[in-house]
Amino acid sequence: MERHPLNLTVNGKPYAVETEFRKTLADTLREDCGLTGTHVGCEHGVCGACTVVVEGKAVRSCLMFAHQAEGMEIETVESLEKEGELHVLQEAFAEHHALQCGFCTPGFLMLVKGAVERGEELSDAELRHLLSSNLCRCTGYQNIIRAVRAAIDTFKEKASAVPEAAR
Amino acid sequence: MKPAPFVLHSPKTVSEAVAHLADIGEDGLVLAGGQSLVPMMALRVAYPSDLVDINGIEELQNISVENEELAIGATVRHARFYDPVEPGPLGRLLTSIVHHIAHHPIRERGTFCGSLAHADPASEWCLVAATLGAKLVLVSQTGERIVEAGEFIDGAMSTTREPTELLAQARLPLLAPSARAGFYEFNRRAGDFALGMALAAYDDDDGLMRNVRVGLGGIEDRAARNSAAEAVLEGQRPTQSLFADAGRAAAESVDPMEDATTSAEYRRDLTAVCVERALAAAAASSSAQTSR
Repeated sequence: MERHPLNLTVNGKPYAVETEFRKTLADTLREDCGLTGTHVGCEHGVCGACTVVVEGKAVRSCLMFAHQAEGMEIETVESLEKEGELHVLQEAFAEHHALQCGFCTPGFLMLVKGAVERGEELSDAELRHLLSSNLCRCTGYQNIIRAVRAAIDTFKEKASAVPEAAR
Repeated sequence: MKPAPFVLHSPKTVSEAVAHLADIGEDGLVLAGGQSLVPMMALRVAYPSDLVDINGIEELQNISVENEELAIGATVRHARFYDPVEPGPLGRLLTSIVHHIAHHPIRERGTFCGSLAHADPASEWCLVAATLGAKLVLVSQTGERIVEAGEFIDGAMSTTREPTELLAQARLPLLAPSARAGFYEFNRRAGDFALGMALAAYDDDDGLMRNVRVGLGGIEDRAARNSAAEAVLEGQRPTQSLFADAGRAAAESVDPMEDATTSAEYRRDLTAVCVERALAAAAASSSAQTSR
């Protein structure tokens, strides 16, 4: 199978890899970039485990070919922890027991990261609608809803206390 | 669950894209948002020899109002409709519908025109295009033709697009400022394909319904207008009992799809409900409010 050179920017770092055109962004992140935090579940866009952020937007990385992401800013779950400190969202997931097996967690974190960091005023219905994008087979979702709600509040508090530090 | 090998082309202009399509012929496909095509490739239901990725073509990312039409470029994504793309009833209607399409990450990639080209019977945008009379701009190396949505959609997952043509733009006629428009969809879980849905629009002519359009999706093998329901409503005063009559007329007229979990009779029953509720939503819409 013919491989083609590809330059990806993931979490601010450049990766020069060679992949087939048919390889999804999810598989490329895991196998070629060694970033195995992005999980692959259903491989056809239903479960959301592979959700990453591309150019600021949460997308299914199993529904994009890696070659389509050339030149784009890609963020994976590995970008959340900074110098040993967990992201507000990760802290909230731990605090509220929003995971059990953890397989779906990277997808949920990347799904809601944008909403949390923008301090979006989501109603309960809107938050549930957003979270319905991804599947979790352990938690029953209630703790995920609580964690995201808490993370949004904490992020807003931090952002208003120290406007630039949270960026 | 891995797509079969293919060659990826990444044109930067429409003319480059249609040149690729002309070279490739029958076995090539256009890759827009990929939110239906890529799963089909993963499941090996689709195995194109070549993909022409149109995401890098800047001119296809535009959405604008020209000559009383909303012109939607081929790579305008669903999420663009989260906020009204134009201030009239059409912009508000599209915003009320977009939340029914799959889930948020899918809406960030999937495109309006891609949904039309895919022609799933349960596609919300196919229902919009068929009911409101969209004109579709098909571009090939030999020129351009404009096709009405009703002639473009040719059955389940089937269109009259030639393999060498690119669906470059969809043009939706704006709704009149006095128009009322409403949508209703039924499915069992958020983001699932619609088991049934209806779209209703009419102009409010001093309390009488004029230029009535009622469309159905997810019921028959394609989204289409329903003339039986429209005939009941045209020129009449909007009342709940008339809406129920229109729903019954639609239900009697349809030839519903049947599958393992949903019988034709169930879909027929759902037809009446969807039409009645879409009409009620239309009547409740007003120029000042945004329905969600």
